[in-house]
Amino acid sequence: MNPTLVSLALIYGQLSLLAFGGGNTILPDMQRQVVEVQQWMSAREFAALYALAQAAPGPNMIVCSLIGWRVAGLSGAVVAMLGICVPSGILTYCVSAAWLRFRDAQWRIIVQAAITPVTAGLVMAAAVILCQTTAIGVPYVMLSALTAGLALGTKLHPLIPLGAAATLGALGVFG
Amino acid sequence: MQPAAGQRRIALGELFGGFFYIGVCGFGGVLPWARRSIVELRGWLSPGEFNDLLALCQFLPGPNVINMSVALGSRFRGVPGIIACFIGLMAAPLAIIIALGMLYTQLEDDPVVRRAFAALAAAASGMVLATALKIAAPLRARPLDVGIAALSFTAIAVLRLPLLGTMAVLAPAAVLLVWLTRR
Repeated sequence: MNPTLVSLALIYGQLSLLAFGGGNTILPDMQRQVVEVQQWMSAREFAALYALAQAAPGPNMIVCSLIGWRVAGLSGAVVAMLGICVPSGILTYCVSAAWLRFRDAQWRIIVQAAITPVTAGLVMAAAVILCQTTAIGVPYVMLSALTAGLALGTKLHPLIPLGAAATLGALGVFG
Repeated sequence: MQPAAGQRRIALGELFGGFFYIGVCGFGGVLPWARRSIVELRGWLSPGEFNDLLALCQFLPGPNVINMSVALGSRFRGVPGIIACFIGLMAAPLAIIIALGMLYTQLEDDPVVRRAFAALAAAASGMVLATALKIAAPLRARPLDVGIAALSFTAIAVLRLPLLGTMAVLAPAAVLLVWLTRR
C-alpha cells in the first residue's frame, strides 16, 4: 500500500467529518497538514492550487482532488476525493432517514446555534491565512481587498474578477 | 433510506443527468445550480423540501452538495441512486480539475503564468474574505456568538492549532454556553 495514498485518505477522511459549515472551514487545517506536517508543497503552491480549483466547476472541495493529484497522480486525486466525501456521505446516509424526527428537536436547534459561530470563526481564519499567503506585495493586498469589495457590494459573477485578475497579472500589472 | 411507498421513482440515468448538470455548471459555488436543477428544471423536490434537505446537509459535516447527492439518491433509489448521483456530480469536475492540474504543471515555471497565478490566488483569497464577512455579519448582534467565533478564529489563525483538537474542545463548550443562555 502506497504510504502517500494512506496519508491522503487519513487526512481527508478526518477533514470530512470536521467540515461543519461547508468546505472553507477546513482550509487552514488542510494547509497545515499538506504544507507543514507532510511538507508536500509550499504555502504559496497550496494557495495557487486553491485558486486554480476556484476556476474549475463543481463543488469547491474539488481542491482536495487537485492536491491529491499533485501529490500522488490520478490515484491520489481519487483517494482524496473519496476521503473528503465518503465519511460524511455515510453519516448523511445514516442520519437522513431520522432527520424528520429530530429536525425540530430543541437539542438540534441548540447544537446548530452553537456550531454556526464556531464555523464563522473558522471561515474567517481561512480567509486571513489565505490572504497572508497571497499578500506578496502591496498591489496583491489591494487586489484581494478589491475582489472582496466587489463580491460584497455587487452581484458580479465570481469568474469575472478571477479572470480579470489572472489576465492583468499575466500582463505584469501587479509587478 | 429506502424509497418510500408511493414516492415516485426516478430513473438512475435521470439522477445521474441531474447531478451531472450541477457538476458542470457550478462555477463559484454549486448551491444555486443545485436548486435550479433539482427544484426548477426537474421538479424532484418542492422549494420547501429543498430547503429542508439543505438544512440537513448543512447540519452534518462534509461538503454540502455532496451530502445532498447522497440524501437525494438514497431517497429516490437507495444505494444505486447514491452512486448515480455522486458519480454524476463528481465525474466532470474531477476530469476538468486533473486537466487543469496537468496544464498548470506544464506551465508553472513560465514567468507569465507565475504572475497570473499570483494574481489569481490573491483574488481568490479576497473571495474567501468576502464569504467570511458575509457569514460573520449576522452574528454581530449576539455577544456570545462573537465570543465563540473569536475563540475558533484565534485557535486556528493565531495559535495554528489542529482542527480536530480545536473542535473537540470548542464545539461542546459552545453547545454548553448556548444551552445555558437559552434555558
